[in-house]
Amino acid sequence: MSLLQVDNVSKTFRGLKAVDDVSFTVEEGSILGIIGPNGAGKTTLFNCIAGAIAPDTGTVRLSGTDVTGAAPHKVSKAGMARTFQLMKPFGSMSVLENVAVAAMAHGTSRRAATDAAADVVERVGLSRWRDARADGLPTAGLKRLELARALASRPRVLLLDEVLAGLLPAERLPVMDLLETLRSQDGVTLVFVEHIMAAVMRLSDSVLVLEQGRVLTAGSPAEVTRDPRVIEAYLGEEPAGAGS
Amino acid sequence: MTDPTREHGAPPLDRGTVSTEEPPQTTQLTTPAPGGRRRAVAVRVAAVVAIAVVALGLAYWRTGNEVVVTQAVLTGLMIGGVYGLVAMGLTLIFGVLDIVNFAHGAFLAVALYITVEMVGRFGAHPYLALLVSVPLMFLLGAAVQRFILSGAMGKPLENQLLITLGLALLIDNGLLLFYGPNPQSARLPNDTGINVFGAVVTVGRLLAFAVALVLAGLLYLLLQRTRLGTAIRAVAANDSGAQMVGIDTRRIYMATFAIGTACAGAAGVLVAPLVTIEPTTGELFNIVAFVVVVLGGMGNVVGALVGGLLIGLTEQLGALYLPGQSPLLSVFIVFVLVLFLRPQGLFGRAA
Repeated sequence: MSLLQVDNVSKTFRGLKAVDDVSFTVEEGSILGIIGPNGAGKTTLFNCIAGAIAPDTGTVRLSGTDVTGAAPHKVSKAGMARTFQLMKPFGSMSVLENVAVAAMAHGTSRRAATDAAADVVERVGLSRWRDARADGLPTAGLKRLELARALASRPRVLLLDEVLAGLLPAERLPVMDLLETLRSQDGVTLVFVEHIMAAVMRLSDSVLVLEQGRVLTAGSPAEVTRDPRVIEAYLGEEPAGAGS
Repeated sequence: MTDPTREHGAPPLDRGTVSTEEPPQTTQLTTPAPGGRRRAVAVRVAAVVAIAVVALGLAYWRTGNEVVVTQAVLTGLMIGGVYGLVAMGLTLIFGVLDIVNFAHGAFLAVALYITVEMVGRFGAHPYLALLVSVPLMFLLGAAVQRFILSGAMGKPLENQLLITLGLALLIDNGLLLFYGPNPQSARLPNDTGINVFGAVVTVGRLLAFAVALVLAGLLYLLLQRTRLGTAIRAVAANDSGAQMVGIDTRRIYMATFAIGTACAGAAGVLVAPLVTIEPTTGELFNIVAFVVVVLGGMGNVVGALVGGLLIGLTEQLGALYLPGQSPLLSVFIVFVLVLFLRPQGLFGRAA
């Protein structure tokens, strides 16, 4: 049984099919990369999976349990965490407290949650800023805080929405290393949306390509990047105009 | 304090590496240092203290009688503590649920009549009514949020505003129906005065003040030191972020409204011996509480307590400047000045 199973999920906004009959499965301990041009429906798909919005049709199963349309906090309790592309920090609280909130919400005592949060904060490289207010962090710090908060809930599946965007190339490597240790040491299953192809190529076991809400293709990173339809989706109708 | 980030604020993370090594020394400061934030608060506190000193000087100059001024200050602080408690509940509800709760004063009125009943029917000491009023108002608040207000969450502000206003009218008129318009009282048995620097403070006012401060302190500890309180602050800061880390925001909304209403329930009992109890008495406290909330910064719980004390002082000192006027006059003058000069309140917004 797959850890995460998404079947025929669709979501329409005012006549626009943002997500159109998307199905895929993610095996425990694997890393799935989701790519696609802007507006392909990646974030909407994440929202449907994580409970932020209920899909119109289709089901989402987490280790066999139907979590379709369940409230976000229930999905979180079931073992799925996510980060937001647009970060949602608790601005008035310290970095440490931001992370501790997530651990506390999962039943850990205040003290244990704070200890666990300190570990997570260190792991994502935010220890120097642990007592600073979260709204004082710049983008890169907020990205890491988003990741730390998701980790503090000790998820089995982690959905990452453009966690590398806004980081400088030098800052990306340690985050990618962290994601790899999450899988290898902690056994966390990862699903990530990313525009930075180097990261997708390095991290993903398999890649899902979305275009206009539909699955264009899926396969290993090498297969997918060779696929002419993928190149077309990213670069537009190049073959038609090129060469003539 | 040895942590350099304390001195320089959080250096930007945009440059350099993500590792835990020394951050690059060339980074520019882009965020206000925590020290600067603390300084800003200190400046505001100093300004408030300066204004208070000037106000006291003026009051002394106007009356030429230090006992009168001392009396005003003491009476003002005593009632101000209760105003603070009322406003803490109101500002907490605003900070977390984004609801401007016009029914807050009506809830306080219910507590007043609970006290009347306890004293009238059972001959109990008025402050024993706390044991009944606080849990009862907590449950009432939870029920109101769950069954009446939850449907309006996320809807335009006017919806919630009209609902709470309608609820206030309903409660006020319900009380009028049951108890009639005649003033009632719930006096403390043999309430004696204590001499403080020549001025007289009754034990009743002193008790009301002390209990209000203790409850305010407990509320603060609840918010800062418990899991529930941390979750409440998280929801206040960012509700969808809170949902995503596993917090049941609907439960937090209900708990917060219940706690806020319980504050009104406690305050109602505390002031019951000090005021004439009519169905509309709650509305007066509601008006004052709104001024306090704006003064302290919408959503700021500590600000509400400080604001309550300041408004209590304003009311009493104002009565010295403008004898014969309604004490509310000076409160409204301060309200207008705050809206004009510092609309975000003394302490900005942080729940």
